[in-house]
Amino acid sequence: MVSLSDYLILSSIIFCIGLVGIFINRTNIITLLMCVELILAAVNTNFIAFSHFLGNEAGQIFVFFILTVAAAEVAIGLAILTLLFRVRGSINVDVTNSLKG
Amino acid sequence: MSSEQIIFYILSFWFIASSLAMIFARNAAKAVLFLVLGFFSAASLWILLEAEFLAITLILVYVGAVMVLFLFVIKMLNIDKSTLRAKFAGYLPLGLIVALIIIAEMTLVLGGAQFGLEVMPSPAKHGADYSNITVLAMQLYTTYVYPFELAAVLLLIAIIAAITLVHKNEINRKKQSISEQVNVKAKDRVRVVSIASPSKENK
Repeated sequence: MVSLSDYLILSSIIFCIGLVGIFINRTNIITLLMCVELILAAVNTNFIAFSHFLGNEAGQIFVFFILTVAAAEVAIGLAILTLLFRVRGSINVDVTNSLKG
Repeated sequence: MSSEQIIFYILSFWFIASSLAMIFARNAAKAVLFLVLGFFSAASLWILLEAEFLAITLILVYVGAVMVLFLFVIKMLNIDKSTLRAKFAGYLPLGLIVALIIIAEMTLVLGGAQFGLEVMPSPAKHGADYSNITVLAMQLYTTYVYPFELAAVLLLIAIIAAITLVHKNEINRKKQSISEQVNVKAKDRVRVVSIASPSKENK
């Protein structure tokens, strides 16, 4: 039988892969968005594993809302990305430094 | 090793392998395809956890809509590949160190002593008459009906925001042009019309 700790360790590994992806893909906004999706998938797996092992459906409801918010985030993020490309001609993060932050 | 364990390890292997391939892919379109493979493995794992509705939703919404949106944007934008990997080597060691420390800590905390089968036994499998969708719907339309409606409003706002951001042709948009307003001359706005006076017409 697969135990709860197997699922939790799997999702922590996926979470860390997403984190490394954000570290090494710092200049590419599209891959950054995809790494965020990966991290959210890891979190969702955590929620569903706990929901299954505790016999409580509230975890699955949470995953439902996380999916909704992530879809909205991707839609707006890609719209901003398209606009940025139209204005700057590049989606490199290093180009978007007009605020000098 | 039971069959469930074998399936779990196969799916986990593909999930981890496709995620690694995704973050190291040089081509953004290939990265999207690897992420699709990862999402399929995740959905299969969720089916193993008896969350059938969410697994199907992940495939339909994520693979069917969001990943296709990613592909559209990648194909629409002409991305310069040489600039994307400029700082690749510089941040890889730091990222690997951070990730390995996190994985080690998580494994210590979430290991078999805390969440193993002895502490948290696997629940009994549901029968054929059990419907995951019915159970979710009962929760969603009673306890969580207000957050459900808020999620709908959130999606509407996302649609309007995305369309407003990328809308190119400014049809019917009320917009101020300051330079035109400053440079306006009197003859642009005032038209002098000579009208025959009524007293002359009477003569």
